[in-house]
Amino acid sequence: MHPVLKLVVQRIALGLLLLLVVSMLIFIGVEALPGDTAQSILGQSATPQALENLRQTLGLNEPATTRYFKWLWGFLHGDFGKALTNGQDIAAAIGQRLGNTLFLASCAAVIAVPLAIILGLVAARYQARWPDKVISGITLSTISLPEFVAAYFVIYLLTQVIPIFQPVAMVFPGMSFWAKLNAVALPVIVLVLVVLAHMMRMTRAAILNVMESAYIETAELKGLSPMRVIAQHALPNAIAPIVSVVVLNLAYLVVGVVVVEVVFSYNALGQYLVDHVSKRDLPVVQAVGMIFAGVYIGLNILADVVAILANPRLRHPK
Amino acid sequence: MADLLSIRDLRIEATAYPPGEPPQNIVIVDGVSLDLQKGKVLGLIGESGAGKSTVGLSAMAFGRGGVRLTGGTISLNGRDIRPLTPAALRKLRGREVTYVAQSAAAAFNPAKQLMEQVIETSVLHGVMSRAEAEARAVELFRKLGLPNPETFGNRYPHQVSGGQLQRAMTAMALCPKPDLVIFDEPTTALDVTTQIDVLAAIKEAIRDTGVAALYITHDLAVVAQVSDHIMVLRHGKMVEYGDVGQIINAPRMDYTKALVSVRGIEHEEKKPADPVLTISGVTARYRGTNFDVLKNVNVDVAPGQTLAIVGESGSGKSTLARAVTGLLNIREGEVTFAGRKLSRELKDRTRDDLRELQMIYQMADTAMNPRQTVGTIIGRPLEFYFGLKGAEKQRRIQDLLDQIEMGKGYADRYPAELSGGQKQRVCIARALAAKPRLIICDEVTSALDPLVADGILKLLLDLQKQEQVAYLFITHDLATVRAIADRIAVMYRGEVVRYGTKTEVLTPPFDDYTDLLLASVPEMRLGWLEEVIAHRKMESAGN
Amino acid sequence: MRRIPLSALIGMILTGGFLFCAIFAEWVAPYGYDEVLGKVWESPSSTYLLGTDTIGRDILSRLIYGARITIFVALAASILSFSLGSFLGFLAAVRGGWIDQVLSRLVDVVMSVPSLIIALVLLSVLDINLTVLIFVIGILDATRVFRLSRAVAMDIAVMDYVEAAKLRGEGQSWVIFREILPNALSPLVAEFGLRFIFAVLFISTLSFLGLGIQPPLMDWGGMVKENKDALVYGKSAALMPALAIALLAISVNLVADWVLTRTSSLKGGRGG
Repeated sequence: MHPVLKLVVQRIALGLLLLLVVSMLIFIGVEALPGDTAQSILGQSATPQALENLRQTLGLNEPATTRYFKWLWGFLHGDFGKALTNGQDIAAAIGQRLGNTLFLASCAAVIAVPLAIILGLVAARYQARWPDKVISGITLSTISLPEFVAAYFVIYLLTQVIPIFQPVAMVFPGMSFWAKLNAVALPVIVLVLVVLAHMMRMTRAAILNVMESAYIETAELKGLSPMRVIAQHALPNAIAPIVSVVVLNLAYLVVGVVVVEVVFSYNALGQYLVDHVSKRDLPVVQAVGMIFAGVYIGLNILADVVAILANPRLRHPK
Repeated sequence: MADLLSIRDLRIEATAYPPGEPPQNIVIVDGVSLDLQKGKVLGLIGESGAGKSTVGLSAMAFGRGGVRLTGGTISLNGRDIRPLTPAALRKLRGREVTYVAQSAAAAFNPAKQLMEQVIETSVLHGVMSRAEAEARAVELFRKLGLPNPETFGNRYPHQVSGGQLQRAMTAMALCPKPDLVIFDEPTTALDVTTQIDVLAAIKEAIRDTGVAALYITHDLAVVAQVSDHIMVLRHGKMVEYGDVGQIINAPRMDYTKALVSVRGIEHEEKKPADPVLTISGVTARYRGTNFDVLKNVNVDVAPGQTLAIVGESGSGKSTLARAVTGLLNIREGEVTFAGRKLSRELKDRTRDDLRELQMIYQMADTAMNPRQTVGTIIGRPLEFYFGLKGAEKQRRIQDLLDQIEMGKGYADRYPAELSGGQKQRVCIARALAAKPRLIICDEVTSALDPLVADGILKLLLDLQKQEQVAYLFITHDLATVRAIADRIAVMYRGEVVRYGTKTEVLTPPFDDYTDLLLASVPEMRLGWLEEVIAHRKMESAGN
Repeated sequence: MRRIPLSALIGMILTGGFLFCAIFAEWVAPYGYDEVLGKVWESPSSTYLLGTDTIGRDILSRLIYGARITIFVALAASILSFSLGSFLGFLAAVRGGWIDQVLSRLVDVVMSVPSLIIALVLLSVLDINLTVLIFVIGILDATRVFRLSRAVAMDIAVMDYVEAAKLRGEGQSWVIFREILPNALSPLVAEFGLRFIFAVLFISTLSFLGLGIQPPLMDWGGMVKENKDALVYGKSAALMPALAIALLAISVNLVADWVLTRTSSLKGGRGG
């Protein structure tokens, strides 16, 4: 088997193993920590009989390992159980909301990725001159801001100072595509700002790293035009680190989405998770936590696989 | 004959940014002038920091790392190129003037095939069509001795060896039929035995294509083999400039004389005596590997004498040092020191074992803790082994500083403030402070400029006389060996292939490897390279 | 001979200002933090310099008191993460072997999931009080400090001067404290600043989501949460605590950046 393929398969296998371990930790974290689940659901005034009945129904009396495998089995088949608070089927509740979260994240990604790469290229090209200083300065400030802080600045700016948008993003089934876009415009802007800073700085660093290599000087000494140096010599070597950067930041988007959804009362997975954490609705927290973790790990695996595939040393072994 | 390249009063400056201070302007090259005719080779020689690469690159008006060409004229093919615009300069770079870098491995784009990169400028500058360029490239590969010239270009840089890459880079420089090629230390990074082949290949290529060349190096013996004229540079200024015969045989300036005679220290070997260190039957391997890096090594060192371990990279010489000090576990055999058997594990050795066996490293920069003063560095062994404190310790530190020929004020300095030679002297003092019986010197002069290295060797010899300390001297440089050794062991792939007194080892007849090694060290006389090439052709013809 | 660039100077002054407010809140704040004095969501005026909040309390005073909790929790968490992370990181680098393997794998697993998600999962089960918050943030952050200090220690541990010390027969504590640590200090100190900022942001985010500091205690994140509805009416009440968070983060960042550039330009010169 080609050594590259072997490495890729190894990495994916490792990632799946990681997912398994994380699922165990999430399960343990939620179920093995102090507190009686039945008690929390029924409250202080529940009778022992009621508590016992509930435990039977929820299968809480079974050993932990059995419960874990039952849960994992269910999870892999799309059965996430029922919410404690209202008995709703979790999978159904997640379905719609997952779509909304993905919609929001994709809109942000589609704008942020090209913008970050272009700005990163500009900052690297004009390193230490004013375009670089300006771009780096702005990103340094935005990086220091937590998502909700950035969100409120943007909201204030774009709803009060220059009233363009509404401070709440309501999306419901049946909306036309354009209506949806309009509703999510503000949260998308906030998400883009949050992710742009990180992505741009990492892109700039990746490009500078390549530009400072000896073979770039060789290209210059051969009298090649700057355009050709960048396109033919720098870019092929920069693509791998840049793609890695992009994918890693998409993973970072996963976290930003949660907070932004709460800020805008956007009816999607992040908001769902946060609501149920305060209500201590453990099945929901387990399921949604697992989904977010899975997406994050999956994207990290993708970033590593791209790095492996793009390495010429690995693609053409001795 | 009209000059191809004519430089007058070249001045190059740069800006330094010392931390916490305003930027300063420094002059790197000051008033250098030279002439070069078509088909001739000019050698630029000097120590590191002399400005040789900077002067060489000015032949295509290029300033590396933001240095500025601020004064003088650089006349190439009759026109001054210093005031040209970047666009105009791009036209002549890669076509009239080309460049061969010191490290070809880093200079090639890892993502592209070699052929692509070799013919790039020829095609782009319109010198020849793609098909012609490829044919010429294959021809150059053949002339330069590369294996499978027809298919060599299909490989990627990481798939070929360092020596092959250096030749490929030479092919890349010669492909567009340039007028001038700048060779920037092209063989410095290679092993001694590979160096000769590449050097010969370059010399032939220069002669065949009739190209002019600037050959930059710090090794006078090497430059003597390929040049017609030599310019000696020091601190950015020209010291001496003349034809190669005059510079080598009748140097005028003191600095040039010092450079020429640098390999001239001779050392009379001492008579054999009962050894202080015996290495018998030592075999070792790295954990987790399945082959031996040292195989049945048997050598010994007499008190107050020097055993030189010679070999190229991968021969196992540094590994031997690690085995003796206990950093690498020995599988078989034993090491006896001062009558005691040394334990294989470092942690089982007594304090005296550790004290009497000291080590000096190749890179003095990383061998000293940058946050400790010279006084602390030298003083620690005094505290640790002898319990010296206070005024007594300070006095001893002063004594040691005197012994290494550095004055009083140095005790409060930090390593970063010292020059390369001074750093190594401090490391020597640190080793001496422990009053050792034997010091392992691991390539201690390899990273230093020839004159500085010379000073260190002289110091080591003096100290040996004073303190009667033995040396296990590891090096790849045969000239150093002649200067310092009493006994020599030649190592190749983990085994000792030749061992005995200096006279015995260096007198023929030789085994194959020692023969190759000795023949590869450039000698400071004209015509040596031709002899070696002829000798090799004879040998391969005879086989 | 040291010239402190303007940005670092500004950073240090601002950070100092925040710390001062946190420590001397009682003397600095014009009013108490839960005195209901004015009308709801009043605009900034001479009586209430930054206006009033959702039930009429003075925002400026609440900001000043809020600094105390925010900075206290963040500082405690970063001290925890820093000491735990760097100790384990050094241990892993110097001892190597299975200690290194186990710790590194553990950290890999924890770092493979975003901190916010882990925190949310944990806080859905645990009681939410100051101790729990400090521990959750501290331990999650310790993973990053572990990675950094291990990398720094490993870089230094392979230097010849460390080997020279070992060959001399120096004990492990000498090697760690006299050879490795002095050279590791600068990047670590800069990292501490960054960890502190991260802790500030993390606790503020958690409070904003309602899962951080619980009433009657309050911090800046909580203040944003309380006042966010005012935005619809054009009242800027929620922006003040948001601005405070941003300002604290940026000022510490400026100082940490300066420490980092100082070390990378020294290249092993005087520690200073």
